Amino acid sequence: MNADVRHEPVVSDPYAGFVQPPQVRLKVEQVSYAYSATDRTAPKFTLGPVSFEGHQRELVAILGPNASGKSTLLKLLAGLIKPLSGRIEVDGEEVSSMELRTRAQRIALVAQESEMLFPLRVWEYVLQGRYPYGRRLRFESAEDCLMAGNALAQVGAEALRDRWMDQLSGGEKQRVILARAMAQQPSLLLLDEPTQHLDIGGKVELLRRLRKLADENRYTVIVVTHELNLAAEFSDRIALLHKGKCLRIGSPDEVYQPEILEEVFEAPLEVEMRSTGRPRVLLRGARE
Amino acid sequence: MRPLTPKRILGVCAALAAVLFIECVVSLRLGAYPISIVDIVKTLFHGAIGHWDEVPDEYKSVIFGIRLPRIALGILVGSTLATAGAGFQALLRNPLADPYVLGVSSGAALGAIVSLIVAPHTVGAIQLAAFIGAAATVGVVYLLGRRGGQLDTATLLLAGIVAASFLSAVIMFLMTTLSGRDLRGMAFWLMGDLQTPPPIQNVPAWFAFLFTIFVFAAGAIYTTASDLNLILTGEQEARHLGVNVSRVKLVVYVAASVLTGLAVSVSGAIGYVGLLVPHAMRFLFGNDYRLLIPTSIIGGAIAIVLADTLARTIAAPTELPVGAMTALAGAPVFIYLMRRRVR
Repeated sequence: MNADVRHEPVVSDPYAGFVQPPQVRLKVEQVSYAYSATDRTAPKFTLGPVSFEGHQRELVAILGPNASGKSTLLKLLAGLIKPLSGRIEVDGEEVSSMELRTRAQRIALVAQESEMLFPLRVWEYVLQGRYPYGRRLRFESAEDCLMAGNALAQVGAEALRDRWMDQLSGGEKQRVILARAMAQQPSLLLLDEPTQHLDIGGKVELLRRLRKLADENRYTVIVVTHELNLAAEFSDRIALLHKGKCLRIGSPDEVYQPEILEEVFEAPLEVEMRSTGRPRVLLRGARE
Repeated sequence: MRPLTPKRILGVCAALAAVLFIECVVSLRLGAYPISIVDIVKTLFHGAIGHWDEVPDEYKSVIFGIRLPRIALGILVGSTLATAGAGFQALLRNPLADPYVLGVSSGAALGAIVSLIVAPHTVGAIQLAAFIGAAATVGVVYLLGRRGGQLDTATLLLAGIVAASFLSAVIMFLMTTLSGRDLRGMAFWLMGDLQTPPPIQNVPAWFAFLFTIFVFAAGAIYTTASDLNLILTGEQEARHLGVNVSRVKLVVYVAASVLTGLAVSVSGAIGYVGLLVPHAMRFLFGNDYRLLIPTSIIGGAIAIVLADTLARTIAAPTELPVGAMTALAGAPVFIYLMRRRVR
């Protein structure tokens, strides 16, 4: 480190009096990870090093073919696994050293569906999102109920509150699961292939909603998805992974280069630039 | 939205406790020596405040010497089994789990049978040997049920089932060596029975000892109640929400095993209570473990006291083993609950 730095005069904030720059919520610095079958064998799969930042109100999509490391990256961001090297910070605090409940107050993960053993009512399920804020036996406070109610209202699922979770349609269920994540009041909202079981209408509605939530609640939303066109339409930035490497990070039009996409997804793809400035991916005569 | 409150838990438990109390009074009334309900309540009252000189001697020996200890043992065993059952159902994420699924009862039975062969007439040997057998099984199944340093639900279940069937085979083999009288005792023990006399002279001290273990183990499970609610929704999801899943599983495994070991060492393997009572309570009061555990504790006591009262009265003066009674009543009740659960 340069010793002279300390003697430099303090520079006043160049943005003072102006609109503040977008606040960095998530900082990923040179993060890598390796899977191996046992401790002694060579790693079967390595990820990284990956570096990027997520700002508040930003929607970042993580794209890539199967086994490219998307889910591993998401697990690292969620703090479920520790990086082999590098740092992940959320709101300035390192994720891997966070206390479990603090972590759950900062980061919410909407995972791929899991099966429930005994059914719950929707409101009971959403109240589970308040767990990180409770004490001891965690009897829910009036504030917890308010937060859960707000979350349900924001995803337009208020009418479902007394229904049983196992009687909801795919789209309804996805909204309720999202509401539980919102009840955690996180800074960082992570979603693992949330559009998987939805029809096209449901997919568009979900992404529109995520876009709106990022703006209204100042979340940083990170979505792992296979939907190239929906990602291009709704995300601010895209991270493209391939074989454990992060090939590109940038705005959709920077990342969607036909030659890169074709190589990564091993399919004949064309990219068309639309008048909105957002690219669209088309399948070029696959039968040829 | 009506979240669970401590007030609701207390209210429900008070109602169930009242049912248990009435049931106990009725059970005290029934038997070869007739005592009126009024006399029973009076005797209990005087006994409770220590006015022994106002209690007739015959009442004292019938109520405090014979019937009450048996009811107390029933309450202890029922509460213990139901709590352990509720714990195992969450730990194994399996509605069919009961306290014996991991082989604890088989280990206890093996201990008991070994003590019958090695030291047939030693007071307390059977309970001690059963507890040691149960503890050894719990330890071995724990070691076999781990994966990557953590308890893995599916592996644990398989390890338990294998251990149980292996131990049963050993028991069958050893039973061929028992004499006629011991064989009959063992059969009662395998079926579950509340007639075994306490191994020490000081009966209240014996119960105080057993209830202390129960309170600590059940208390340990109760501290994880809200964690178990989340684990039932999915282990991964519970982890995301900040639950220390491996710690909770270890606590529940150890505490539920201690409870099962405690129950089987004093009463043998009484079936169905640990499986059915938690389900009946779910059916009545919902799936929230913060309410399910206390209601299972009282519900288990109600179930066993009822079963034992029937077991010693319907074929009087012959007494049936209480385990045969719970199995007879349990199987149809189980089918009824299963069919009525529309969802």
